[in-house]
Amino acid sequence: MSVEPLASQTTPQARFTLPLPAFLRRHNLQLWIGLAIMSIIVAILAIGPLFVTADPNRQDLLNAFGPSSLAHPMGTDQLGRDILSRFLNGGRVDLMVAVIAVIVPFILGTVLGALAGYFGRWVDVVIMRLADIVSAFPFYVLVIVLVFVMGNGMASIFVAISLVSWVAYARIVRGEVLVLREEEFISACRASGLSTPRILARHVVPNTVSQGIIYGMSDIVLNIGVVVTLSFFGMGIVPPTADWGQMMNDGQQYMGTGNYGLILWPGFAVVLVSLALALIGDGLTNILKPKR
Amino acid sequence: MSPESAPPQPNQSQPGQPLLEVDSLTVDIDGEVGKHRILDDVSITLEPGEPMGLVGESGSGKSMTLRTILGMLPPAATVVEGEVRFRGRNILTLGSDRRYDQKVRGTGISMVFQEPAIALNPVMKVGRQITDAIAEHKGLSKRASHDLAIELMDRVGIANPERRVSDYPFQLSGGMRQRVMIAAALAQEPEILLCDEPTTALDVTIQAQVLDLFRTMQQEKGLGLLYVTHDLAVVAQLCTSISVMKSGKIIEHGNLQRIFDEPQEDYTRRLLSATPRIDDGVQLERAT
Repeated sequence: MSVEPLASQTTPQARFTLPLPAFLRRHNLQLWIGLAIMSIIVAILAIGPLFVTADPNRQDLLNAFGPSSLAHPMGTDQLGRDILSRFLNGGRVDLMVAVIAVIVPFILGTVLGALAGYFGRWVDVVIMRLADIVSAFPFYVLVIVLVFVMGNGMASIFVAISLVSWVAYARIVRGEVLVLREEEFISACRASGLSTPRILARHVVPNTVSQGIIYGMSDIVLNIGVVVTLSFFGMGIVPPTADWGQMMNDGQQYMGTGNYGLILWPGFAVVLVSLALALIGDGLTNILKPKR
Repeated sequence: MSPESAPPQPNQSQPGQPLLEVDSLTVDIDGEVGKHRILDDVSITLEPGEPMGLVGESGSGKSMTLRTILGMLPPAATVVEGEVRFRGRNILTLGSDRRYDQKVRGTGISMVFQEPAIALNPVMKVGRQITDAIAEHKGLSKRASHDLAIELMDRVGIANPERRVSDYPFQLSGGMRQRVMIAAALAQEPEILLCDEPTTALDVTIQAQVLDLFRTMQQEKGLGLLYVTHDLAVVAQLCTSISVMKSGKIIEHGNLQRIFDEPQEDYTRRLLSATPRIDDGVQLERAT
């Protein structure tokens, strides 16, 4: 048997593959697209109201459902208010509420989850049963009840969301900590005489925050949904302050009469923001993984 | 070290007093098939500055002995009997909710772990990990602990410590990581260093370098060394005395030369014959 040189052996022709997967692997495309969309939206909401000087709350009943014009580029709503101006100002309110309403649950959930996971025993039982109680209620029912009790407005939305959505963070962090506390480097920390609070704060929690941050991105999306939904039901932002949910609620009543402008723009914006944040969350998953 | 008020800690050892005494230590562990004795009447006496090897096969209780000395037994384990005395003072109490004098950790007794890859926090810069404990106890500023970390890294032979100090563990090689572990273990100037097979995860050339480092550190600081390994060649290079463990018992203890030359136990003899020796028949060139 003769030995065939390796080079002459025919290798199966490599199947044609799109260069896209390799490109995606090399570049964190989701993150960049998400960040691009999000920064455009934020920029528009930030500087838009400087140029659109129409008062978002000024009514002009004679001009209700006005078409697009130079004065009102998106037309006017059922009370003759400038849709563009309400869109910009409403977006600011919604995004601000949604982002701020992530911070408190994030901190609360991380601290409680870390304590439950690290100490176990009765600490774990108390915290996780509390979490079970909260999550046993349907999310919206609980939020709506809390908002009912405390009255409409931003403050109640914050409190309601904080009281409910820490549970997800606590569960995520607890799970991570359960794994972490068996890790050798935590033993090494204890062997070097570090105190338990310091081990928790400097070694355990920093290893879990990435999961919390990633979930936080999708939580902002959820919060936007909550704020918009509550406003849609008339329990969120107090009128006449503009926000997207209220605008869509107003708009859906007049859709049958062909006035789509009022529901189109806020609806489109909510979808776009959700998409951008979801992409950012995906992208962060790739870069926040602790390397070994 | 700042003066501690209570309990009184004799910082100066009386002449003739051993540094560490493990006195008839017996430990049970709750397994799936009931209670199992993992340490049976283990006694070890370590004199100041003495490097001792603790050898035995896997599962003989070597690592458990070290963990008991540091008070870091798994939750299922119970100390049935015995004492661990550091400078004559008992630091371990009996029972399953055993209390441990945590002040000893790091400052009195320190430990180097087997796998540097998993014994370092992946999301913290190595410099900060080295000085973390000392920074907590002495309240060092960020700047001061940074400088101290560079100094300690330099002392364990890490090249370019000014740059390495802000690296994360994944950026370092295995040997470097183990040097970082050693620097961290020695940061608080302990008197005893427990080593749990610290060179097993390293390749042979790095192993030799790290062993060299252990020897220098041990001689420079007069450390008491309790070195767990199954590799008798390592013990021969580093230690002056050997304890041999089997099934949770110490079956033989003695001077290095004595154990190597005239082992009393059959098990020790077989352990010795399982280690290839450089003067065993074939003439080998010595690798440096």
